[in-house]
Amino acid sequence: MEMVKTVVRVGIADMNIVREPDTIRTSGLGSCVGVVLYDERRKVAGMVHVMLPDSSLGKGDSINVAKFADTGIYSLMEQLKAEGVRPMSLKAKIAGGSQMFQFGSSDTVRIGPRNVEAVKKELARLSIPLIAEDTGGSNGRTIEFDPAIGTLQVRTVNAGTKGI
Amino acid sequence: MQMKTEFNISDMHLDVLKEIGNIGAAHAATSLSELLQRKIDMHVPKVALVSFDDMFELAGGSENVVVGIFLRIEGDLSGSMFFVLPIDSANRFIRRLIGDPHFDFSNPESIGEIGISAMQELGNILSGSYLSALSDFTGLKIFPTVPSLSVDMVGAIVSFGLIEVSHYSDEVIVIDTKIVEEDENDKSVDGHFFLLPDPPSYMTIFKSLGVM
Repeated sequence: MEMVKTVVRVGIADMNIVREPDTIRTSGLGSCVGVVLYDERRKVAGMVHVMLPDSSLGKGDSINVAKFADTGIYSLMEQLKAEGVRPMSLKAKIAGGSQMFQFGSSDTVRIGPRNVEAVKKELARLSIPLIAEDTGGSNGRTIEFDPAIGTLQVRTVNAGTKGI
Repeated sequence: MQMKTEFNISDMHLDVLKEIGNIGAAHAATSLSELLQRKIDMHVPKVALVSFDDMFELAGGSENVVVGIFLRIEGDLSGSMFFVLPIDSANRFIRRLIGDPHFDFSNPESIGEIGISAMQELGNILSGSYLSALSDFTGLKIFPTVPSLSVDMVGAIVSFGLIEVSHYSDEVIVIDTKIVEEDENDKSVDGHFFLLPDPPSYMTIFKSLGVM
């Protein structure tokens, strides 16, 4: 039987899960960080498009867990567990966290690097090894992960596409 | 602060915000028209409460490459403002302003200091006219930062202006005004002004205009 590949899209402050042969993609990452958690053997992956470093920053009456590095990564891991993935077998690849503009309120200017720091901290807390990253700089990124081969494609406007 | 429980946004609120977009963008379009010596038309502003992903769609789609001018507004009112142009339109404007027919935002090697300065100055003048009109209309003190320029994907540029809002909500009130150059055969949109007030400023705007 022929397998049809679907590209599952993840919006901003959003998350989702895919299995081989599907791929998962998020576009236009700037200061946001795209975090991929994957199980190489089971060929399952999840992606979360994180916007802010910490859920304690939330001021609304309800929070969207996918928006924050801490709650987003944790909740993605829980969703993968529900799919039968063992947390011990999870690995991570991340991209994004740019400093798109050099001004704004002092908290906002460094939001990209702060997001990257927060993502790494949460991965360390959950003992998920970070295998590869393409972070920082001042450019946007579109990323797509293929759970069949475990590669994260990173596309930028000026440097084309590379796999990490 | 919880924006959703504070008040319901009525048609009257939306009309007030539309009027802000109208007045601001009309002044900016006039400035652009004077700079380029061309007739610039403005569409009726759209005001909507949209998701962040829909906000990117309004600006051309998350992955689409555009020329974006971004600035923050501080003072009585806080928020983000963008002037977003498709590459072709930005090229046309800057080529005319600096008299270099080869200038091209999509070719990094052709972008010299002069082109960048011209685009930044264009952003400065347009946002200045938009915001001074807004300040006169509302009586609010508004202090814009110096506009900053980026040529990149819509999502990467516009998400930076959503960071403040994202602390409060997953949706944003956007005041979107499109401008088109009248003489061009191609009537596609040349640019968008986006004004995104931070949620704590919604009430400030409505109060300043006597709408609660």
